[in-house]
Amino acid sequence: MSADDAPTHRGGDAADDLNAFITRETVVSDADGPLAGKTVAVKDNISTEGIRTTCGSAMLEEYVPPYDATVVERLRGAGATLVGKTNMDEFGMGGTTETSAFGPTSNPVDRERVPGGSSGGSAAAVAAGEADLALGSDTGGSVRNPAAFCGVVGIKPTYGLVSRYGLVAYANSLEQIGPFGRSVEDAAALLDVIAGPDERDATTRYDAAEGGAPDAAGVPDDTHPAEATAYAAAADGDVEGMTVGVPTELIEGADDEVVAVFEDALADLDAQGVETVEVSLPSVEHAVQAYYVIAMSEASSNLARFDGVRYGVSGSEATGGTEGERGSSSEIDGGDGNWNESFARAREEGFGDEVKRRILLGTYALSAGYHDKYYKKAQDARAWVKRDFDEAFAEADVLATPTMPVLPPKRGESLDDPLSLYLMDANTVPVNLANLPAISVPAGEREGLPVGMQFVGPAFGEAAVIRAGSAVEE
Amino acid sequence: MTVPSGFTSGVANPGSTMARAAERAELVPVIGLEVHVQLETDTKIFCGCSTEPADDEEPNTRVCPTCLGLPGALPVCNEAAVEAAVKVGKALDADIPEETRFHRKNYYYPDLPKNFQITQYDAPLCADGELEFSHEGTRRTVNVRRAHLEEDPGSLRHVREGPADLDVRTTSVDRADYSLIDYNRAGTPLMEVVTEPDFRDPREVRAFLEKLEEVLEYLGVFDAGRDGSLRIDANLSMIEAGEVGDDGAIDEDVLESANRTEVKNISSHKGAEQALSYERNRQENLIKRGKAVEQETRHFNETHGNTVSMRSKEEEKDYRYFGEADLPALQVSDWKERIAIPELPDARRERFRGAYGLDAEAASKLTSRKAVADFYEQVAEEFDPDLAAAWVADTLLGELNYRDMAVEDVTDRLDEFTRLIELVATEEVTTKNAEEVVLRTMLDEGLTPDEVIEREGLGTAAADEVAAAVAEAIDENPDAVEDYHAGEGGAINFLVGQVMQKTGGSADPGDVNAMLRERLDG
Ligand SMILES: [Zn+2]
Repeated sequence: MSADDAPTHRGGDAADDLNAFITRETVVSDADGPLAGKTVAVKDNISTEGIRTTCGSAMLEEYVPPYDATVVERLRGAGATLVGKTNMDEFGMGGTTETSAFGPTSNPVDRERVPGGSSGGSAAAVAAGEADLALGSDTGGSVRNPAAFCGVVGIKPTYGLVSRYGLVAYANSLEQIGPFGRSVEDAAALLDVIAGPDERDATTRYDAAEGGAPDAAGVPDDTHPAEATAYAAAADGDVEGMTVGVPTELIEGADDEVVAVFEDALADLDAQGVETVEVSLPSVEHAVQAYYVIAMSEASSNLARFDGVRYGVSGSEATGGTEGERGSSSEIDGGDGNWNESFARAREEGFGDEVKRRILLGTYALSAGYHDKYYKKAQDARAWVKRDFDEAFAEADVLATPTMPVLPPKRGESLDDPLSLYLMDANTVPVNLANLPAISVPAGEREGLPVGMQFVGPAFGEAAVIRAGSAVEE
Repeated sequence: MTVPSGFTSGVANPGSTMARAAERAELVPVIGLEVHVQLETDTKIFCGCSTEPADDEEPNTRVCPTCLGLPGALPVCNEAAVEAAVKVGKALDADIPEETRFHRKNYYYPDLPKNFQITQYDAPLCADGELEFSHEGTRRTVNVRRAHLEEDPGSLRHVREGPADLDVRTTSVDRADYSLIDYNRAGTPLMEVVTEPDFRDPREVRAFLEKLEEVLEYLGVFDAGRDGSLRIDANLSMIEAGEVGDDGAIDEDVLESANRTEVKNISSHKGAEQALSYERNRQENLIKRGKAVEQETRHFNETHGNTVSMRSKEEEKDYRYFGEADLPALQVSDWKERIAIPELPDARRERFRGAYGLDAEAASKLTSRKAVADFYEQVAEEFDPDLAAAWVADTLLGELNYRDMAVEDVTDRLDEFTRLIELVATEEVTTKNAEEVVLRTMLDEGLTPDEVIEREGLGTAAADEVAAAVAEAIDENPDAVEDYHAGEGGAINFLVGQVMQKTGGSADPGDVNAMLRERLDG
């Protein structure tokens, strides 16, 4: 679907030629909290009561959630002013914000270029000053990638640090909601607000977090790490004596311009008293494949509910109905007890190409006869990646890599080649496979385009990556 | 060919071939069950919505983002459902693992809010259990392969509109104009109990289900009165009797090679027996006529008592199971010790026979439901066990049954019931009046026994009152007195009737008879 036949775009004023927002709506909170006076943009896959939440999909063009995501409740409680719902790759599936049914978002640094994705609208809004802060979600790099491409800071928290209640699932074993800010301290302050256990998300229980929350964070057994850590305070730039591991495998695949900026930043850290060591993550060569098999498999199940019965165009309308009739009724033909044809028509109509591609591949990977060859093998690789990270953290406090192996591509450049797009995620997806925390901070520029540097920490080691990130910023 | 031991009767045809002989071999049904039981918990299995349907509730009112499967909503496991399932596991003497996990079962159906069902797959809560029950005087044990937790889907109502929308009615899916979905039931905790194919007779299945329900009721995890609380899928194949070993075992290969049918939509014990008897006869007839049994899914039609092939052929289902990452694995190794279960029906039956000296029939009647057994034990604390048994098992249950009531309806009136027995024991009211008037009025109008006796004037007449009535009857009926002295047998009965009338039936007829004779003879 091109921008021309995109569904009704409620992007608002003409000045917003970035197309960073799908829905602009200001909600002022009268709470007097740490975010009072701050404007926050929210990715459009995070549920907002009474404000439509489209996930960048025609399927959910009309969907208005009856409830707030936990993070949105926390934003309101902290006094933040919501300024709108940001554009994204459809259901988070993409790295350029070009698969949105509401048209692509431009990179404010260079409008010919993509802002990255899938949380491209959030990163662009913060970079362009349309919001002080933003929330994105990161399934395989969807916060760090656009943060790097737009020259802002983005944090992907440890799995289980931030509640996913209200985040429309793409790949639920991999994703976390994460903050964007123009500084490390800003992003960390937003993390302080959203992090913490939530009785509505069982994976935020302190004892449920994989990797053992208590040990990793050095806090008592019955305390969630977020309750014992002040993230904004960790942005103190004090990295003297810190050991930074550099995984050789994740430098080799990056473009020369990117590596040059990355090495300059490392040298700068060295000058601040950081010890740099080489580490090896041999398993990461399988990470992209494993990531896509797992993410697509989970997506095929998570997106199954969008069948035309309650969301999107219904199967019987999909063939003959006009756009104006969409959503008016929900007629599904199940004449002989077989609704599949109606479901298929609704999904054919409501989903974009990339979403269909991933659902098909995920369904295949889980099917009898292929399950062991793909899904199970991917799980094995995931366990291997986790072990490699564990070993690396025996030698280093944090790991550093370029966030993205390339500079932000021009719009339309990569869309026709899914494989090259998937390979762009090489440095970000291993972190999601291992459920670890990571940050992307602007490390410099090449050809006037921002280059992001990624720090990865051990489970619930957010404070360490925030500290390292703040040292690069200075 | 050796003739199978159970060779059917009939005249041997001299020209019969081996094949013909095989057609006549006695066939035995081999039956396995998947029993879906709604567990009784306050809230649904993955959200805080109530599981208890309100009276006349509107569709889709007992729902929340989680049980509606709204985008972004997450499941959180209700530990009460897990506890209930562990209780069942203990009662079935099943293994409870160290860790139990949930999986997603993926399939598309409009009653499934997420188009996948959260269930258990490779790490069910219970494995390798068994249930012992009585069938036609013998004890049988059926092995339970596994029992796991899952969420109930919503319910569909298929609607057909009559002319001018006047006659809107529920119909079958293939005749419907449209279907309505109600998610109130969605998320009710279900336990699926899967047996080995150990049944050899549809009547055994019924006895097993009755026993299973008895046990579930004892555990306090099941409400048989709730609509849809028990749903059964059964599979049945016919095997030659000669293939069944002495211990009832059947070779795996033999089982595999026999075509099975899966019968769905069974919702009662009686229905199970009916559906499987029909299916056994149908398959037997096919085989005897030399026709093949098709491996298929069939639908039990409760109205007609038959099974019908599902019209649209179900292709081989691939549910694409995989782990539910939203629910962390549960460590349940110590739950088996931590969670206590009450004395189960078999044990209680034995104890009732031993401790109270009850006969088998009374013990069985008093223990088939936990509430009855509890009620009995409280009554037996105050009275002779046999007397208590007669009052509870015969009188009370009979009257309750007649009124479509259960013992639960009167458990809070235990004091009134024991008071009634006490009144009889102290001869303040006659047994006849207690049973026929007092108890019935207590149940119908909610009065206490003393209130009924007072209102109806049923108190046993005081001795002087009876004596006065006897004297009066003699004075008022000189003819009858004369007849009595003349040796006419009917006269005394007439006089007794007169006394009874005067005392409003509260005197004991035998006592009256004796008093009259004493006066007349003396
Ligand atoms: Zn609910």
